[in-house]
Amino acid sequence: MDMDELENIAAHEQAREAQYAHRVRVCVATGCLSVGAEAVQEALEHHATPKGKHHCLVMGVGCMGLCGNGPLVSVDPAGVMYEKVTPDDAPDIIDSLGAKPVARLQCDTNAPFFTRQVKIVNENSGIIDPEHIESYIAHGGYSALVKALTEMPPHDVITQVMDSGLRGRGGAGYPTGLKWSTVAKTPNTIKYVVCNGDEGDPGAFMDRNVMESDPHRVLEGMAIAAYAVGASYGYVYVRAEYPLAVARINKAIRQAEKMGLLGNNIFGTSFNFNVEVRLGAGAFVCGEETALMASIEGKRGTPRPRPPYPAESGLWGYPTLINNVETFANIPPIIRNGATWFASIGVGRSKGTKVFALSGKINNIGLIEVPMGISLRDIIYDIGGGIPDGRAFKAVQTGGPSGGCIPAEHLDVPVDYESLKALSSVMGSGGMIVMDDTSSMVDVARFFMEFCMSESCGKCIPCRVGTVQMYHLLSKFSNHQATQRDLDTLERLCDMVKYTSLCGLGQSAPNAVVSTLRFFREEYQERMIESEVAHG
Amino acid sequence: MAKTFKIDGMDVSAADDQTILQVARERGIFIPTLCFLEGLSFVGACRLCIVEIEGNPTPVAACATYPQEGMEVYTNTERLQGYRRLILEMLFAEGNHVCAVCVVNGHCELQWLAEKLGMTYNTLDYLNRPKQVDASHYRFAVDHNRCVLCTRCVRVCDEIEGAHIWDVMGRGIDCKVITELNQPWGESVNCTSCGKCINVCPTGALFKKSKAVAEMEKDTHFLRYFSTIRAGGD
Repeated sequence: MDMDELENIAAHEQAREAQYAHRVRVCVATGCLSVGAEAVQEALEHHATPKGKHHCLVMGVGCMGLCGNGPLVSVDPAGVMYEKVTPDDAPDIIDSLGAKPVARLQCDTNAPFFTRQVKIVNENSGIIDPEHIESYIAHGGYSALVKALTEMPPHDVITQVMDSGLRGRGGAGYPTGLKWSTVAKTPNTIKYVVCNGDEGDPGAFMDRNVMESDPHRVLEGMAIAAYAVGASYGYVYVRAEYPLAVARINKAIRQAEKMGLLGNNIFGTSFNFNVEVRLGAGAFVCGEETALMASIEGKRGTPRPRPPYPAESGLWGYPTLINNVETFANIPPIIRNGATWFASIGVGRSKGTKVFALSGKINNIGLIEVPMGISLRDIIYDIGGGIPDGRAFKAVQTGGPSGGCIPAEHLDVPVDYESLKALSSVMGSGGMIVMDDTSSMVDVARFFMEFCMSESCGKCIPCRVGTVQMYHLLSKFSNHQATQRDLDTLERLCDMVKYTSLCGLGQSAPNAVVSTLRFFREEYQERMIESEVAHG
Repeated sequence: MAKTFKIDGMDVSAADDQTILQVARERGIFIPTLCFLEGLSFVGACRLCIVEIEGNPTPVAACATYPQEGMEVYTNTERLQGYRRLILEMLFAEGNHVCAVCVVNGHCELQWLAEKLGMTYNTLDYLNRPKQVDASHYRFAVDHNRCVLCTRCVRVCDEIEGAHIWDVMGRGIDCKVITELNQPWGESVNCTSCGKCINVCPTGALFKKSKAVAEMEKDTHFLRYFSTIRAGGD
């Protein structure tokens, strides 16, 4: 395999698609599949067949973003998108090809939801067929890997990633280039690259989407990383609750191996890279890097103190590079288009785009990709289409169980790592849950605390016992039985659990309480017994 | 290369393989510990040995942290005292610790720490969770009511005895130490009945059956011989 062969495959695939007068794309990612996309695809294929061999190509593709209105179907070259399609709509859609679109199903693609997004990670999502490597190659896939392997020495690759300003998309925002550079500079003949696909935040499905809609992008990013740091073996750690993502990643690995894009002597160079999938068995804490590595090694998935960081001593004690799915997905475009291009998107120390999963009380439920620095107001009111049923916005929860609730008065804050942190929240992996004025913030905090409590691994005392104690106190508030002393204890526990827990799960577990206490303290006070003195 | 740094203002030096805790103990500076035991690997789980480092907002576990040149470590600030008392309160609230009827009353590390760190009462609600006792072994018994999940038994059985019959199952507050794959201890075919787990247990969770209240004393001296042998072997 070399650049010419890759270009041949791309040209061949482009020609194959171009033979068809129309291309009908059906989203077959988890969101749309759950509302019957498979039947829609079958019905479309069934009705397309009698129209002749090259009339229309029905493709199963990845997520188109507006998951709340699935199943979604897009028609090319007409540039039309249909929402809430049922198998019964298939004849109308096929008949409308080359004529007037089916108005009753049409979804306005000129709405801000589509026009205000900037797609880097999801550039192929909803366009390519995730189960065909040729489809990815036809859209420039693996050209970044060829470029890196044939034109760039490893340190140049690292320099590009460093200059791009890319930071870890798993939530903490550690500079990716710096991490790569550390692993590269740690001397060892054996190194590993691990992709963290153990996305477990309630309401978050950004990584699932990348793995389901564009799995080769993740593998290409990992291969480039492996080349840059000097690793020849990689693991994709995916939670078992994502069966479709697991199946597509596995299929992608097999396809890439068959073409010589993974394996030994890739592109005829001396670079070898072999990847395997490892399944998470349902523990949120295994998204923490040291617990994840323990899990890959076949041990109980519990974190250990850092340092030593994985870059120094990771899998089986060898230097290991761990990045999130979305981080790896950003790598091929950075290598293809250059660091300067990437750094021109975003603001301050937060570069590029971020994918968010919009859910909760918002009109447009789905996945969006926006440039860093966009305001929360633009995301919620413009892209998200505002709050349904004419209700008032109350708060948005970012960052899942590690994050906090941001109230209306801070809606104009730009979405970047530092600004969100200043509001007792975090960027997190990208979950964004919108709440309207019917939501009780105490109950929200209690929900997230219950999550942390049941996901604590139990290794360190502050997290194991502290989350239970805080959950009980929050339940007292929920039941209007709390006292001033309970409020004091809750605040004391928040501080203690944050600063003494062993890993990120415990350290960030109090965030939901801290942020709601900061912005919605009166809701806690309203739920206290009026006078503690009266009760002795 | 050896490093020099400061603990509570005192100049100290550390070899490459020495943690902050080891250096502090060498110089007679007290840092409370519970899961840590000299001679076993460290896990940094109980968080009692947390110390503050100048310029670092988050305290670190002294047992699991290697000092750096010029570091300034504080072992007993008011903040740490508060955290440590709260950790002990959490343990007393989590288990069912009744010293008056306990076999290790007077010889218990948890009881001693509570006295030493001034935890005279509990500000947290007791969880009163029902827990089991396994007395199926012919010589020993495990009372989960008194277990603090320090995992010393797990480590000594794995690292010193080489049997690895102990492990942890479950997660969060439901964690418990188990023998074999959660089989009754008495049915374990791999337990050598060496009694090392009994001796390293800081509380009365693991004890000899023949002991009555306050009669069970622990002896961890055997670990020193192993440490010496290991040091020679390296």
